[in-house]
Parts: sequence; C-alpha cells; structure tokens
Amino acid sequence: MASPIYRIAIIGSGPGGLSAASRAAEKGVSHVLLEAEKHISNTIYRYQKGKHVMNEPRVLPLRSPILFDAGKREDVLSIWQQGLDQHKVNIQHGAEVVAIEGSIGAFEIKLSNDEIVRAETVILGIGVQGNPRMLGVPGEKGTEDKASIVQYTLDDPEEYEDEHIIVIGGGDAGIENALALCGHNTVYMVNRGMEFERAKEANNSAMLAKIKKGEIVCFYGANSVQIDALNDMDEQKAILVLETPDGEARVPCDRIIARLGAIPPRPFIESCGIVFPSKDREAIPELSDKYETNVPGIYIIGALGGYPLIKQCMNQGYEVVEYIDGVDLKPADEPLLQAKFDKIKNKPSVSQALKAIKKQVPLLSGLTTLQLREMMLDSEVCVPNEGEYIFRKNDYTDTFFCIISGKVNIEIDDDDPDKVIPLSQGQFFGEMSLLSGRRRSASIRAASGCILIETPRRLMNKLIGSVDSVKRTIDEAFIVRTLQTRFAPTTPVDDLTKVAKAAKMLAFKAGEELFHEGDTAKSFHVIRKGSVTISRQIGEHEVVMSYLPAGNYVGEMGIMGQSRRTATVKAATATETIELSADAFNYLIEQDAELKKKIEAEYKQRVSKNLNIQQEGGRGIISFLVSQGVGEATDVLLIDESLCVRCDNCEKACAETHDGTSRLDREAGPTYASIHVPTSCRHCEHPHCMKDCPPDAIKRAPDGEVFVGDNCIGCGNCQRNCPYGVIQMAVKPPKKPGLISWLLFGFGPGPGRASQISKAHDPDAIKKAVKCDMCKDLAGGAACVRACPTGAALRIKPDQLPGYAGK
Amino acid sequence: MHQSILSYRGSRYLWWSLLLCLIAIVAYIVDEPNMPPNGGTVLGYILGTLSALLIVWLMWFGIRKRCYKSKMGTVVGWLSAHVFLGLALVILATLHTGFQFGMNVHTLAYVLMIIVVVSGIYGVFCYLHYPRLMTDNRGEVSPDSLMRQIQEIDRQALVIASEISDETHERVLNSIRRSRVGGGVLKIIFGRHKKANLEGLVQKAKVQQKIMKAKNVDSTMAFMASRITHGREDTSELLRQLTDLLIGQKEKLLAQLRRDLQYKAYMDLWLYIHVPFSFALLAALIVHIFSVFFYW
Repeated sequence: MASPIYRIAIIGSGPGGLSAASRAAEKGVSHVLLEAEKHISNTIYRYQKGKHVMNEPRVLPLRSPILFDAGKREDVLSIWQQGLDQHKVNIQHGAEVVAIEGSIGAFEIKLSNDEIVRAETVILGIGVQGNPRMLGVPGEKGTEDKASIVQYTLDDPEEYEDEHIIVIGGGDAGIENALALCGHNTVYMVNRGMEFERAKEANNSAMLAKIKKGEIVCFYGANSVQIDALNDMDEQKAILVLETPDGEARVPCDRIIARLGAIPPRPFIESCGIVFPSKDREAIPELSDKYETNVPGIYIIGALGGYPLIKQCMNQGYEVVEYIDGVDLKPADEPLLQAKFDKIKNKPSVSQALKAIKKQVPLLSGLTTLQLREMMLDSEVCVPNEGEYIFRKNDYTDTFFCIISGKVNIEIDDDDPDKVIPLSQGQFFGEMSLLSGRRRSASIRAASGCILIETPRRLMNKLIGSVDSVKRTIDEAFIVRTLQTRFAPTTPVDDLTKVAKAAKMLAFKAGEELFHEGDTAKSFHVIRKGSVTISRQIGEHEVVMSYLPAGNYVGEMGIMGQSRRTATVKAATATETIELSADAFNYLIEQDAELKKKIEAEYKQRVSKNLNIQQEGGRGIISFLVSQGVGEATDVLLIDESLCVRCDNCEKACAETHDGTSRLDREAGPTYASIHVPTSCRHCEHPHCMKDCPPDAIKRAPDGEVFVGDNCIGCGNCQRNCPYGVIQMAVKPPKKPGLISWLLFGFGPGPGRASQISKAHDPDAIKKAVKCDMCKDLAGGAACVRACPTGAALRIKPDQLPGYAGK
Repeated sequence: MHQSILSYRGSRYLWWSLLLCLIAIVAYIVDEPNMPPNGGTVLGYILGTLSALLIVWLMWFGIRKRCYKSKMGTVVGWLSAHVFLGLALVILATLHTGFQFGMNVHTLAYVLMIIVVVSGIYGVFCYLHYPRLMTDNRGEVSPDSLMRQIQEIDRQALVIASEISDETHERVLNSIRRSRVGGGVLKIIFGRHKKANLEGLVQKAKVQQKIMKAKNVDSTMAFMASRITHGREDTSELLRQLTDLLIGQKEKLLAQLRRDLQYKAYMDLWLYIHVPFSFALLAALIVHIFSVFFYW
C-alpha cells in the first residue's frame, strides 16, 4: 500500500514545528509532524527541571493556535502537549529523518527505520542543537531482552546511586556529568585525548583533582571497542571494552553515559540541497521572505533560520503554513516595523520602506527581505535634527548606522568642529567601534534631512558573519577610514582606497607573534581588534616592555629608518591587524609632511614609557596583567594587597548597590607583586558574555560598561561563556530595612550584610544573570572603589596600563 | 597609582590638620583671658565647640562607610581626613582643657578621647603593616583553599590510616575530630555583631583549638612512631606517609592559616577598643556639655 502524500511534512516538534502542525491541523491541511524523540520539543525537554522559560521579546504578539506564556518548563511542555491533542495533530514520534529527496510536490523523507514519508512540502524546524553523536560500537543498542545501558543525556545525577558508571567524552558536558555522579557512584571517565584540552579551565582542574584523589578513574587516549552484556548473576550489567595505549581494558559497569558532542545539523541540511552563504559557523541558510530555502518547497523556521526565541519560532510556524496554503499574510512584526517607519515624514508603508532601503544603501542590498526585516525589527529609525550629535568621540556606544537619506558630518579636528568629512546617502558609519570594540573614534553630527538606521552590535555581527558582501564592504571601509583618521586626513578617498586594496587583514591567536625581534622590517600593522604586547630579549628572558590596545599601530619605526625589528610583538588576545607594506606607508608619508614628525614623536613617547617600565621593575606586572585578561579589558579592578585590609567593604558596597548580590569576589583571583586581580568583570572589548545571549540582554553603555538588561531570560549562556567567571545567576533578595531602623532597633540585616533569601520570599523567583555594571547608574562611579577605606582598590583602563606598571 | 590613607591626594588633610593645630596653638599663646586658660574662656568655648563637632564628624565616618550610595567623596578620602583630623583633635581638646585635669566627668571624657585616638593610631599602624605580611604569608592561596587543603590531608590521612590498622584509623580520626571544635563562647558573645570580625575570631579560636590539639597530635605521633619501630615492614612506609602528611604538610598549612587569621584578627581587634570607646566618649561628652551648662 502506498503511503499517503501529505500536503506538509514538518520535521521537528520544537515550538516552530508544533505551531506549524497545529495551524495545519486547525485549517484541515493534511500534514505530519515528525519527531525523533518520544517526547515533544527535545531542546526544551532537556532543560533542567523547573527551569523558567521566558517569553521574550514581549512586544511581539503571539500568533499560534498553541498557547505560550512564560512559566516553568514542565507547564510550558504540558500546555503544548494539550494543544497538540486538542487540535488532533498528526504527530509521529521516533521518526528520525536521515534524508530528504525529491522536489516540490513529491518529497520523499527517509527515516532511520527505512520508512519513507511522502509530502508535497517540507518545513524544517530542527533547531541548531543537532543530534547527539552516537558511540557506534557493537552492543550499544542492547538486545530484545536486555535494554541498552548507553544513554546520551543525564537529567538528574541524584537519580543514580552506588552504580558503576562510565562517562565517555572529555568535553565540558562529560566532565560535568562525571563530577556530578562521583561521590555516590563509582565513576570512570573515558577520554579520547591525553588531556582535557576542550574543557573549560574550571572543569579541567576539578576533573584532574578528582582523578588525583582517585575518586574518578580516567582512561586517557582510550577508544571504546564494544559492549559485552553480562549475565543477571553478575554484579554489573555489562563490560565496556576499551582500547588504550597500555592495551585492552575491560571495565564492568551498570551504565554508560556518552557525551560525544552533537552532530551539527548543517551537513544534513546541505545534503537536502540547501545552500549556506558562507563557511562561517554562524552562517544561516538564505531564506525568502516566506521562509522558503533555495530548494523550492523546503521551508526553514526557528533557530535554524536565525530566530532563537520561542515566540518568533511559533509565529513563523503559523505564518509558514499560511504561506504554503497560499494566504498572503503580513508577518506578525508588521505593526512593529510600521511604527518605526512612521517616524519618517511621509510615513512610507513597510514594504515601500524596505524597498527604498535596499535600493539606497548598497551595503544592505545583498540582504534578503527576511534578513532586512529582522534587522529592522531590532534597529531604530533615527531622524536627527540638523546639527544634532549622533555620537561623540570617546563615547562607548557600539551601534552601527546606515544613512537612508541626507548627510552626516564626521568631525576630524577636535579643536575645530567645522573641519569635517561629509558622508552621504547610502554610506554607513560606526563600524570602527563595532569592529574594534573600543570607543568612538570621532564625533558625528547630522546635516539636513538626515534619516538613519541604527543597528545594534549583535545583529550587525550576525550579518557580517552570514552575508559575505556586508563583511567585505565594511572591512574595506574600515581600512580607508583608519588611514584617513590616523595618517592621511587630506588624501583623497580614491587614493586611499588603492592603498586599502593592497592592505592585508591578518588574524592572530592569543600568543601568536606579529613579528620577531631582529626580523627584517617590511611592513607595519594597525591593530584593528584585540591588543598586543611588545617584548624584548634581555639576557635569557623575554621581557614585556609595553602593551598596545586596538587603534594603535606597531612596526612603523622598522620601516621608517631601522631595517630590523627592535622588539617582538605578540597578540595578547585574539587580535586582528591591517598590514600595510613599506611602499604604502612611504606613500602616505609623502602625502603629508607633518606625518613623519607626528609618528616620530609618538614613538619617542612610547620609548620613554618603556624605559620607565624597565627601570621600575614593572616589567613582570604587564605580562601578569595581560595573562589575567587585562589585554582585552576596557576597565579592570585591581587591588594593591599591601594596602588592602581585607575588610570586604568593596564587596559589601557592590552588594548594597546591586540588589544584594556582590558582583565581585575580592578574595578569589591571582596576585603578583602584591597586585591582586579579583574576580570581577573586565568589561572586555569584545565581551564573551555577549556572544550568545538569546534576548540580546547584554549591552554596552555609552561609557563602556557592559551590563545585563532587565530582559535577561536566565538561560546562563553568559555565565558559561565568561572565561573569568564573573557572572552569577542570582535571585533578587527582599528589601532591607533602612540604616536607622537597623541601627536603633536592630531590624533585619544591616548595611553590608548578606540578605537572607528564603524560599518563602518568592518561591517562583527566577535566577537571572548578574554582573558588574561599573555602577553606571550611580552618580559617584564604581561603588567598590569609592567604598575602599584604604585606597587599595582602583580601576584602570588598558591605556593606563604602561603608566600603571611604570609607576 | 594606589594611594594609602596617609598619602591620599598628597596628604592634603595632613596639611589641613597642621594648619588647624597651628591656628589653635597660636591663638592659645596670644590669648590673654582674665582667668587661667580653661574651657570657659571665649577661646575655650571656641575650641570646645570645634572639638565636639569634630568628634561627631569623626564618628559619622562609621555611617558614611555604610552609605554605599553616597556621593560625598570617597571612603578613602574620609578615612584619610578621619585619621589626620582625629590627631588634630588631641591638640584642640588639650588646649580646650587649659591643662586642667581632675577626677571628674570632664577629664573622663578627655581620657576616653585619648584612648580612642591611641587605639586609632595603633589601627593605622595595623592597616599599614599587616596587609603586606598577609600577602607574603599566604602567597596566592586563599584561606578557603588552605582549609580545603587541610581537609584533603585529613581525608588522605584517614585513607592511609585505615590501610594500616583499625586502631591507627581510630587514633587519626580522633585527632582530626578533636581539631574540629569551634569557638563556642566567642560565637555566643559576638554572634550578633560584625560578621566579618566574628568570622575572624571564630576561625582564630578554631586555629587555637588546633594549636591545643597539636599537643594531642604529639601523643598520636608518639604512638605512630612506636608503630614504625615495632611495626611490620609493610606498614612502616604507610606510617611514614601518614606522619609526613599530619606533621609535615598539615602542620605547615595550619601554621600558615593560623598566621593569616592572626593578621586578620590584628586588623580587626583594635576596632573593639576604638568603636565602643568612641561611643563611651560620645556619652561622656554629652554629660560634660550638659553639666557644664546646667551645673557649673
């Protein structure tokens, strides 16, 4: 019997897939929802018990037959399940899709059990988590009378007791599982490598400590060969056979937890014929404004299409079914976009405005309408008055601007605001701070009739990652403008563009050398992102002399006079530079007689600073501070331990001014020559915490403070991404009584004391990310420094680092 | 870049204080009242009022330190001024007395003030002296991790001891248990006061208990030493490891931790004189002013 041909096959029962299937069921469109697992929404299912699921962005209306509101994971899932039942959705569990073949009207979806599902159109809503990588050894699947002892997740480590458990995989997931299980179980760790090089530092050291103590037995360099089931009589259920450098090992066990990472969904998607615009890991497939991929009939919704938030996914699920059904529906965000465009005088419709933007701004012409819509949803339309400042030099904002119409003026001379370079319709600005993570390099004023789009950093980075033309255009503009502002303000842009074309963009990993002392000098570098240390060989030691953050240049003296490098320059953190050849440099010097003098003066200044450092014995301090991440910091708290009386008033001040949780840990962190770097936010140039924040809640304030906004959903990504461990997940404690009532009547915890957080206060309180915001909302500045009674605490910026070391 | 309380802003409050003292001394010398110099002359009243205001302001530091949102200067600035103006207070108050002392509430206030100032001077010494010693002693290890290391040694010692014999295990376990007694009395007395200080005190007490215990360790060690000489060959290596752990490593860590807590206690303990006596001073000052105006 031939299987039926569904109108729509939906793969993946995440929020997008559920919503699509329910809408199809509601409309009576023949459909099937294919889900590999026994339950719906695997990603959310795997959240920890009781986790709060948020409904950001709140402004966006929900458009789905299935209900969704913020709440506990369990409640959200059960409401969705009810919705599925109520709409009689045709869901097929255990249907793991391995291939999609055919074309629109006649797709054949192959499942892992060799079944074939036929459908006219396919909606992919499989998310980005991917499927767990399997062990792939004989005995893994178990037999008919014996269930498999291998599992790929660990929901609750407390569930198992006194078992022999083997954890396979030395990544963070494996280590965290092993650590959680040991103590009440006998735990073995199987690691393919000879060390835990992929793991986070904290996990790595915790694991090594457990192994040293003998609480976890680790097999390094080991590969699993097979699993032999044991008899019921035996103490353990099975034996895992391992191939190790010391020969074969046989480990009896009750349970095997394999954490081998996930297979990213990209290869599968590409196997369906869908094209990704670039090799970038962040890249997302190009979609039409109706969510259709380059393969007609295959649609992508949700996180896979670049929309990680639940509500967006659900809306898309609804919309895509309407589109497939031939309904021309305006997306749910239409009124939101319309409100933005209403700021423009003639109030264009959304489609008119989008069309105009594509036409007038070459940078954005390569975007699909869908990408542009998303960009606009998070961007703002600005209509500044003539003469109004859009941003000022040294602001710490990092948004990006496109000029839809009118003009703006870049001020190039601090003393003379009339000296300007005009930018006109179609051009863009703000890319310098976007790329370098540093302060604005110039002030920009609006000229007449100016209409701008202001786009947040995260979105722009996403576009740079996924749209090649955007990246190329911005890179080129970056070089030209760097040359223009740093070296050759009077040289015509066309000439500079020629120089820019010859320039090379180079990327260095932390610790990699740009050039070495004694090398022949052929080029010089402008540091575009990151920072470098400058060191020299003195005796047997390599001594760090200085530190230069992004926006500076190195190697110029080599090509101006001396032919050999006088120092070694190394990337202090992941660094990108623009390398210019000696010819290009000499060309620039020819253009401007003053330039050579200026560069020489700057060099002299640097050399004298270096001398200070050498004389004062501050040499070690720079390399110590750089190793502590000061190299990528914009503002870091340092404590002079020879002055610190360990009163913890800094921590108390922090907690008191920030909802009861101190965002700094004075005690923790390393010390060198009595300089202590406490565990506290460095406000990185390119904050690691911002990398993967679903609601885009982490922002940079105009003065450089990186802070977590109120729309934090408590997912904990930032906490995991921060290499310095300065982000905590915390609940807001109850309000404390005032100073006087504490002093006179002894009410509640006094100033500086920890609040008692009890469950009775608010049982549903959600843990949200908290971190240092440098007291941006306090008029006096950072409370930790201001509260230090002995002057031990101070905050420095990287430009002050050489001065600090040479003090 | 870092400025201590003495060098804060080029020691500006030192200069203020010196100027204040200079003016007071010159005024005292120049002043020729029609009675012997005392608190009742015009200058005496001026100096007295100034001193009383200064005392109130100096005590206000305790509140300013806890006003974490205050925009009024920085705490280090306040403390720097607190130190120098507190010293100037001695001169002002002494001149206010006109060197008339007796067995009365007025001199009591003066004596209390001197105690407060002297304890304060000792406090400044502690604040400048001990932090560096603390860093030198501890290196890069935090007290928490010292504690953890000690616990870890205890655990290892137990594992080794249990391999030797039940009796040894029992002995080592007892020795470890004895070292875990907290400072009960101190906790009851100071339990409701400053938490940071309390922790220092309780932990110090714990450490002292551990020092006491060290004497007990001696007997444990003597027992084990006898086991080494008389014991069977295969356990002697284990016993050597055990003594190395408990005597060599643990004692070293304990000493380090003990010193750390001592230094911290030095930096906290003077406040137990400074603060209560300043309140006593305030009370005596109120009585002094009241009695002067109503009963003189």
